Amino acid sequence: MRKLQFRPCGNFNESYEEELAIFETDFGRVSMLIGLLLLFVVIPFITSPYTLYILNSIGIYAIAAIGLNLLIGYTGQISLGHGAFFGVGAYTAAILATKTGFPIWLSIPAAGIVTAAVGIIFGLPSARLKHLYLLIATLAGQFIIEYVLVQWESLTGGAEGISIIGATFLKIDIGSDRAFYFLIFICFALMTWIAVNLVRTRYGRAFIAIRDNDRAAEGMGIPIFRYKLLSFAISSFYAGFAGGLYAYYMMSITPEPFNLWLSIWLIAMIIIGGLGNIPGSVFGAIFIVVLEELLSLGTQYLMNVGDSAGAAITIAPLREFVFGLAIVLFVIFEPKGLAEVWRVIRSNFRLWPFSY
Amino acid sequence: MLNFLQSAGQGGGGKKKVQFMENDTRLQINNISVVYSDVIQVLKGVSLTIKKGQVVSLLGSNGAGKTTTLKAISGLLKPENGKVTEGYIEYDGESIQNSSPEDITRKGIIQVLEGRQEFKYLTVEENLRVGTATRWGKPYQKDLGLVYNYFPALLARKKALAGYCSGGELQMLVIGRALMAHPQLLLLDEPSLGLAPLLVKEIFQIIKRINQEQEATLMVVEQNANMALQIAHYGYVMENGKIVLESEAAELRENPDVKEFYLGTAASGALKSYKDVKAYKRRKRWL
Amino acid sequence: MEFFLQLLVNGISLGFLYSLSALGFVMIFKSSSVLNLAHGELLAIGAFLFLAISTWAQLPIWLSFALTLVGTFLLGFIVERFFLRPLIGEDLIQVIMLTLGLGIMFKGLLLFVFGGDIHEYRTFLPEGLSLDLGIVRIPSVNVATFIIGILFLILFGFFFKYSSQGIYMRSVADNQSAALSLGVHVRRVFALSWAIAFIVAAMSGIVLGIINGINVHELSAIGLKVFPVVILGGLDSIGGAILGGIIIGLLETFTGGYISTSLREIIPYIVLIIILMVKPYGLFGLVEIERV
Repeated sequence: MRKLQFRPCGNFNESYEEELAIFETDFGRVSMLIGLLLLFVVIPFITSPYTLYILNSIGIYAIAAIGLNLLIGYTGQISLGHGAFFGVGAYTAAILATKTGFPIWLSIPAAGIVTAAVGIIFGLPSARLKHLYLLIATLAGQFIIEYVLVQWESLTGGAEGISIIGATFLKIDIGSDRAFYFLIFICFALMTWIAVNLVRTRYGRAFIAIRDNDRAAEGMGIPIFRYKLLSFAISSFYAGFAGGLYAYYMMSITPEPFNLWLSIWLIAMIIIGGLGNIPGSVFGAIFIVVLEELLSLGTQYLMNVGDSAGAAITIAPLREFVFGLAIVLFVIFEPKGLAEVWRVIRSNFRLWPFSY
Repeated sequence: MLNFLQSAGQGGGGKKKVQFMENDTRLQINNISVVYSDVIQVLKGVSLTIKKGQVVSLLGSNGAGKTTTLKAISGLLKPENGKVTEGYIEYDGESIQNSSPEDITRKGIIQVLEGRQEFKYLTVEENLRVGTATRWGKPYQKDLGLVYNYFPALLARKKALAGYCSGGELQMLVIGRALMAHPQLLLLDEPSLGLAPLLVKEIFQIIKRINQEQEATLMVVEQNANMALQIAHYGYVMENGKIVLESEAAELRENPDVKEFYLGTAASGALKSYKDVKAYKRRKRWL
Repeated sequence: MEFFLQLLVNGISLGFLYSLSALGFVMIFKSSSVLNLAHGELLAIGAFLFLAISTWAQLPIWLSFALTLVGTFLLGFIVERFFLRPLIGEDLIQVIMLTLGLGIMFKGLLLFVFGGDIHEYRTFLPEGLSLDLGIVRIPSVNVATFIIGILFLILFGFFFKYSSQGIYMRSVADNQSAALSLGVHVRRVFALSWAIAFIVAAMSGIVLGIINGINVHELSAIGLKVFPVVILGGLDSIGGAILGGIIIGLLETFTGGYISTSLREIIPYIVLIIILMVKPYGLFGLVEIERV
């Protein structure tokens, strides 16, 4: 067995393979194993159902956020339509499950594929548009999809929505939070693994080239339009996949949650987590979901304390205020997001006592 | 010859002290160091003096620090995360090295940026009007006439969007735009960049006229050493963030090293072969 | 025929409201290239400030109008100074996210102070302004909007085209470092453009409030309607914004009148997608000049 490697000081990479390695040291590999162990063996058995619910939400949104980060953080194409893409995935999964009786292991990937197709359609403007114009085109996509979800009643059930009852996975009932926890986090681990590997392939490097300078990328022979569409497709696949999980987890869906607010939510996750950084998307998802939960707990608490119920109603908007403030503060003071904060903390530990 | 160069560099340092005492100094740079992003040191102790009414040219190869020197004077280092860490810059006896570009331009120092930074979506005349920013609210019609007098080509194109002008027109435009500001000290960064030889000649003629007629002090950064030394009174040569040579322009033109490396002619006047230039390059390290 | 005319008049007046709301947006974009996602909230801030001064503090209309303008002007300066200035030179997406966060913040704050109900101003417009065209009658509010809109168009058109300050503002949007080298006070230009945009947004917000009542949710939703309007006209063209607003207004009322009311809300966005595919820089926008 070769010697365990720990972080060297400086850059000693001698080949491209080393440069591309996910884990620079065995320390990282070991800590990932410990993390996986915690995730699958320890956490689900020691936490309350409420915590599991929060963890599940984090898992679902983290998948969508990773996808969005591939698009915004790596390819540099801004999308304000991912909330709707998420909804398309949720509806596809729900429709496949209720109308055609697809099993869950088929309907969720199918949801991803259908959403990828929708994503390509709304990514088409990216052929000619950049930056602001693309942002606005995807915003239009958001509204159009929302409208279709409400109006196409024969398929989507209109404002009533669809319910999925009694879903099973390989004959195991996954109705409980804990059972679903395993499903979500297996998917999460898989999707993260795919994303981490994707960005160090030819495709990932092409995405980054397009982000940094699309004209130069084109000059280097990267067919930028095809790669932009590919990025849209992959990113929408992630959103749709997460949406499918969401539909099964919630068991009933309406068009309501898939509005512009969800798109903003997802973008906030990757901004706060860190653009162009896969672990960052996960941090962002954790931060936003926990913040949202704390804020609503806070207002609930105020509502229950004696006669301040009236005050609680007026305080409720402060949730929005704090949410907005969090985004603003992150953008101004830590534009690289939580991933950067995490890196600084880690290197402080590593370099202690010589950190400065 | 090496000894000569060295002594010229040192002698320049001594001479500067004397010049500083004289009253006709417009700009005095004393031993400045410039660092970008707190780590990249570009200038390592540059000193130079510009006298009133002179044309001073600053020569040097790419990356020597010419543009950085200009930006240090005009205060444009700050937006690029650069800083003057040592030394001082004095303009008419006032220290300016930490002033904002707004203040520096209002003292009459205007830099014409490298690479013709025109305003693409403004018409030619609107571009010229931006030049009045330092004297906002004062009449500018006379200055427009003056600029059109220097550059008749601009008059014909005055309603055209600058983004659609040719390279030559743009170079005239950016020089004219700087003239609108009534510059006391005009810093020109590579006015000949990417222009046809005939056009370069024309531009330099106009630069000379501007110096004579507007009583503006000029500093010209150039790759085209031949042209620059023809109109300049005094010249500096930079290399690796240092001034390696300075002298009267006429003297500089006759300097064998400058001839060899920057003017491309040997002492005999014949073109140098590539082999010799390479030999020079090896020697250059000693400078 | 009467129905058609009624729709036409409604469409134009609705469109004018959109145009008016888009003006502040175009202001900011023209001078600092910032896509302001908080525009709806800016409208709401102006509308509510006017409400607070005129209805609650019971000051005379002209005084409260002037006070609102001064107040929003100062607010614009403050917002620029504390939130946008640190981001000068940052990536586009960061700035967009910042305006998004600001919008959410403002909305929460407004909801906290004023609640989510519909408020109304006391009436102050003279009835004599209304126009009777025989078949259709145009209420005085819309006539007032129309006059204000035209006034704005001329004022800002002249400001940007001919005044020195307007040209400096455009030069900053065009090439920041060149503007800096010529001594244009870039920070002042940014501050000024945000302050002016706040004023313009406040005026539009007040007009919207007079017509529809003042409601945080509704006003911030109109902030999103601005996008189809400005895309149609071209992001940086004031005349385009006016025309784009009218086209979108007409589209909405005619779709609502002849096809279906539910399609009405979505038709601007469908048109927007089509426009972006066919003519990416809008009807009057400047084509991006790229030299490599």
